[in-house]
Amino acid sequence: MKNLKIIGLYTALAVLSILTLIPFFWMLAASFMADGKASTYPPTLIPNPFTFVQYEILFTRLRFATNFFNSLLLSVLVTGVSLVFNSMAGYAFAKYRFKGKGMIFNALLSALIIPSQVTMLPLFLLLKQFGFINTYMAIVIPGLANIFGIFLIRQYALSIPDSLIESARMDGATDFQIYRKVILPLATPILITLGIFTFMGTWNDFLWPLIVLTDDGMWTLPVALANLMGEHTKDPELMMAGSVLTILPVMLVFLVLQKYYMQGIMMGAVKE
Amino acid sequence: MARSDARSAFLFLFPALAAIGVFFFIPVLAALFMSFTDFDIYSLADFSNVRLVGFENYARLLEDPLFWKAMGNTFTFVIFSGPLSIAVSLTAALLLNNKLIKHKGMFRLSFFMPVVTTLVAVAVVWRYVYHPKFGYLNYILSFVGIPAQDWLGDTTLALPAIVLMSVWKNFGYNMIIFIAGLQNIPQYLYEAADIEGATAWDKFRNITLPMLAPTTVFITITTIIGYFQLFAEPYIMTQGGPLNSTLSIVQYMYQEGFRWWNMGYSTAIAFMLFIVIFAGTLVQLAIQKRKGAM
Repeated sequence: MKNLKIIGLYTALAVLSILTLIPFFWMLAASFMADGKASTYPPTLIPNPFTFVQYEILFTRLRFATNFFNSLLLSVLVTGVSLVFNSMAGYAFAKYRFKGKGMIFNALLSALIIPSQVTMLPLFLLLKQFGFINTYMAIVIPGLANIFGIFLIRQYALSIPDSLIESARMDGATDFQIYRKVILPLATPILITLGIFTFMGTWNDFLWPLIVLTDDGMWTLPVALANLMGEHTKDPELMMAGSVLTILPVMLVFLVLQKYYMQGIMMGAVKE
Repeated sequence: MARSDARSAFLFLFPALAAIGVFFFIPVLAALFMSFTDFDIYSLADFSNVRLVGFENYARLLEDPLFWKAMGNTFTFVIFSGPLSIAVSLTAALLLNNKLIKHKGMFRLSFFMPVVTTLVAVAVVWRYVYHPKFGYLNYILSFVGIPAQDWLGDTTLALPAIVLMSVWKNFGYNMIIFIAGLQNIPQYLYEAADIEGATAWDKFRNITLPMLAPTTVFITITTIIGYFQLFAEPYIMTQGGPLNSTLSIVQYMYQEGFRWWNMGYSTAIAFMLFIVIFAGTLVQLAIQKRKGAM
């Protein structure tokens, strides 16, 4: 009876896993196929012949190397800058007393319900006035700070004992030195967590880059892929190679830093 | 002890609050203002062409069949993919939480893989999964005798196809939260039920589900908010077609605003989205409160 149950459970899990992973297997396999080889019935998972020709096309005839670089640069830039902005603000909300703190913090939290699409048109006009459309600034500026990031860091900083801050102050540390030398090192786990979320969020973002990056030399990978889809619908092998390139970096980041990512989900889940 | 040094606090807060103020709060207010104007491509060239039109954009929206189509599609999408993805998340969490199962990490990882991948890229992949002639879905369905369908080319199938893909993409996220919720249920409740001779279904209904209620409310709210913002899936897989059967609110806003530059009208659409999300969240919270009072 128990054995039967175990077999049933494993079967269910195995079926669900296979269904979940098939699109990835097929994507990977098709990306190594020659033109037309992915359009067969029944569909196959074995590239025959095995070829890198699709990747070659992406890098030589198309501008995927540039697009890859744009995605990487922007994701790193936004992650770096926003970690500084968010950690400073999160720390201040956790460890300083000042007038209106509760009010400001609650106003920020309530604003989390406003969908970002609401801001897109005015933001576009604003960035256009500055001449930032179709530049990296159009992605970096709206990503400078974000409410959820401030919230995460504040929650974490609350758990840092005040005595550590006080003793650093006794030793003559300035406010900024305390932030640099005491708070940031202690907050490393949450900084990593938030960093992964921001990196992946920026890498995977689509609607905003689609709006503000108009030139193929400025496109990030998702925008390049979406535009490629329009012209190369009949080239699944090429499209799959493009998808692999787009997905691979975020998958790697996730696989290496899984533990921090999962903790981040849990911290977001208990924010009520 | 916390410090009451307003000057330092201000210096730490200023960069982030200034950025959020200028690039988030002001645009929200500006959008509200724009939704009461006839801001269009002529205003884009010269701001003095902007005129206040009161509630005209909103009045027009209410009579715009395409707006209602987009609303209807988005609601249908949310109503189906919300509960479906939560059900799959819970099922996967229950399977993984079973003590008889080993190698949990491996299964959890494979269920989670779609969550971290780029939406645009997986939408591209799924376009071929749904291919009427060569796609994997038709191939798998052929084993149970279901004839090949043109998933994305059929007005009645295109939206369900997008629902299915979204469930696949997202269920792993809520699964993780459910697993944590399940692990927080005290074991003695189940042991007591065992002594009373309760069946597995009894235990699920009377212990697991009620104990998971707070988790479920949280998951429902966040999932629904996310699903109302549907955009990339139809943009990549169907471009809103066939015959606007997958046109979403956000895509309609995008088209009106950034393709036709009807920016006043487009901001009104964006605010309708906001109102819907806001109302949906209030309803969820009210349900939770009433349940809590009982």
